[in-house]
Amino acid sequence: MIDATGIAVTLGSRKVLKGLDFQARPGEFTAIVGPNGSGKTTLIRALIGELGFAGRLRLNGVDPTRLKPWDLAQMRGVLAQSTQMSFPFTVFEVVRLGAEAGGHVGPAATAMTRSALARVDLQGYEGRAYQELSGGEQQRVQLARVLCQVWEAEGPAGPRWLFLDEPVSALDIGHQMQVMQLAQDYARAGGGVVAVMHDLNLTAMFADHVVLLEAGEIAAAGTPAQVMRSDILSRVYDCRLTVIRAAEEPRVLVVPMPGTAPSGTRTTQPA
Amino acid sequence: MVALSGTDETPNRAPVAGDRRGRARRATWALALLTLLAAWGSLATGASGISLGDALGNWLSGEGLSLQERVVLLQIRLPRLATGLLVGAALAVSGAVMQGLFRNPLADPGLVGVGAGAGLGAVTAIVLGGMLPATLAAVTGIYLVPIAAFLGGWAATMILYRVSTRAGRTSVATMLLAGIAMQALAGAATGLLVYAANDQQLRDLTFWQLGSLAGASWAKLAIAAPVMLIAMLGTLGLARGLNGLALGEAAAAHMGIPVQRMKNLAILCVAAATGAAVAVSGGIGFIGIVVPHLLRLATGPDHRNLLPNAALLGASLLIGADMISRAIIAPAELPIGIVTALMGAPVFLWILLRRRGLLDL
Repeated sequence: MIDATGIAVTLGSRKVLKGLDFQARPGEFTAIVGPNGSGKTTLIRALIGELGFAGRLRLNGVDPTRLKPWDLAQMRGVLAQSTQMSFPFTVFEVVRLGAEAGGHVGPAATAMTRSALARVDLQGYEGRAYQELSGGEQQRVQLARVLCQVWEAEGPAGPRWLFLDEPVSALDIGHQMQVMQLAQDYARAGGGVVAVMHDLNLTAMFADHVVLLEAGEIAAAGTPAQVMRSDILSRVYDCRLTVIRAAEEPRVLVVPMPGTAPSGTRTTQPA
Repeated sequence: MVALSGTDETPNRAPVAGDRRGRARRATWALALLTLLAAWGSLATGASGISLGDALGNWLSGEGLSLQERVVLLQIRLPRLATGLLVGAALAVSGAVMQGLFRNPLADPGLVGVGAGAGLGAVTAIVLGGMLPATLAAVTGIYLVPIAAFLGGWAATMILYRVSTRAGRTSVATMLLAGIAMQALAGAATGLLVYAANDQQLRDLTFWQLGSLAGASWAKLAIAAPVMLIAMLGTLGLARGLNGLALGEAAAAHMGIPVQRMKNLAILCVAAATGAAVAVSGGIGFIGIVVPHLLRLATGPDHRNLLPNAALLGASLLIGADMISRAIIAPAELPIGIVTALMGAPVFLWILLRRRGLLDL
C-alpha cells in the first residue's frame, strides 16, 4: 500500500503540488494522468524520493526515507522516462545490473536477465551495445532491468512496486500494448504498479485506478469508468472529446474531436 | 505471463552473447602474466649491465650476491620496480574511478586539478624547503617533497569537493570547471615559485614536473606504498556503485546504492592514490586515461573487472614506459612523463575525436 497525504512540492516560486492525497494498492495498476504541467512527473518523483516534499508518505507502512537504500531497492523498482548510459555496456550487462540489484547472482541472474529480455521482446539483443539502440529499444531494456530488480511481485517485506514514468511514450503501438500488459500482469501477480501515463486509451484499457491531476491538485480519482467521463476530461484537458462506452473490452474509448472546448467549462488557469 | 516468480529458462553454463565476464577474467590472468614479464624485464635491464639471471643463479646456488649486485638489484632496481608497479596501478585505478564517478571517459585526476595540487605542493617543498626552520627540516628530511605533494593533492580535492558539493550532492559539471580553475591557480603559483628557484632547484623541478621513477627508494616507498595500497583496496568496494552510477545518479540510488557515501569514498581514494603517486614519481600523465579506455574496449565497462585489470595493465604499462625511458638514451634516461605523454596524448585525442559530444555538459 502506498499512502501519501498532504503532498506539497514547491519548485522555485511555483506550487507544483498543492497538498494532495494519493493512494495506490498492491494488485492494482494505478495510473497518474493529467495535462502537461499538472504535476504528474512531480508527483511520481516525490513518491520515489527524487524530490523533497511536505507531507507524509508510507510505502507498505514504512517511511521510505528511513529505509536503507538496499532495502528500499528490494521493495520497489523505478523506470525513468529515458536513461543515458555513460559507458558502452551491452544489453545483457545493463539488464543483469538489475538482477544483481535485486540480490540475484550467478546463473540464476543470467537466466532471469534473458527471461526479462524475452518479456520486453528483445531476445537476441543480449550482445548489442546499449548506446546504439533506438530510444524505444533502450526504454524496453531499462524496463527489463527494473523488472529483474523486483522480479517476484511479492517480497519478504510485502508486495513489491513498479514506478514507471511514461513507460510507453517512446514505443510503437505493438510494444505499447506489450509493455502495458506486462505491467498489468505484474499487478495481477500481487505487485503494485504506479505509472505516469499520457495515453488515455491505454490507461482506460489497463489501469485499475486512475488519478487525474489538474494544476497540482486531484481533479478526479477512481476506476477508469468513474474518471474517464467526457465532461471531466473535456474540462481538465481543455479540449473537445467524446468518451465511448462499450460492453466489451476496451470498455472506455476516448476520442478527441476537432474544435475548441466549450467555453467557460475550464475552471483553472494553465500553470 | 503471470508466473513472474520464476525464470522460464534453465540456467546453463554456455556463455551468453553480451556477457563479457569470462573474457574479462581471462584478461586478468593474461595481464597478471604481462605484469610478471614486465617486472622481470625491468629488474633485468639497467645501465650497470648486471645480469639478473646470473645473480639469481648465484643466489640460488648459495654463493650469495656480490656487493655490486646487491646494491644495484636491491637498492636501485627493486625499489624502482616496486614504485613503478604501485604508481602505475594507482594512476590507472584512480583514472578509472574518476571516470566512473564523472560518467565521462576523459575524466582523470590530472584533469580535475588533483595532480596539479599535488604538483604545487611538491614544487613548494623543493623551492621553499630550504627556508624551513632547522628543527622542522630535520624532522621532515627526505620526506618533505612527498609529504608536500600529498598535502597539495589532498587540499586540491577538498577545495574542489567543497566548491562542487551543495546540500550533499556533487555536481560533476561544477567539479570539472572548478578543476580547470584549480589547474590555472596551481600553474600560476608553480610559475611564481619557478621564478624564485635557483639553478639546482630548477633542475630538480624540471625532472620532477616531467615525472620520473629515477628517485625511487625504499624510504620514499615506505610512506607512499601503504597509502596507495589502502586507497586501491578501498576502490574494490566502489565497483558495484560505479556500475550503477553509469545509469545516472537517480537510477543508481533506485538500485539501492548509497550514492553520496559512495562518491565520498571514491573522492577520498582518488585523492590518496593520486597524491601518493605524484609524491614519489612526479607528474606522470595519461596512464589514468589510456588504461581504462583500452580495457573498456576489450572487456567492457563493468568496474568489478575494470578496476583490478586497470591496476595490472597500469602497472605493466608504466614499467614498460620506464624501461623505454631508460633504454632510449642509455646510460642517461628520459623522464618517464615524456614517454607516457607520447603514448597517451594521441589516445586522448583519438577518444575525443570519436566521441566529440562527451564534453557537452
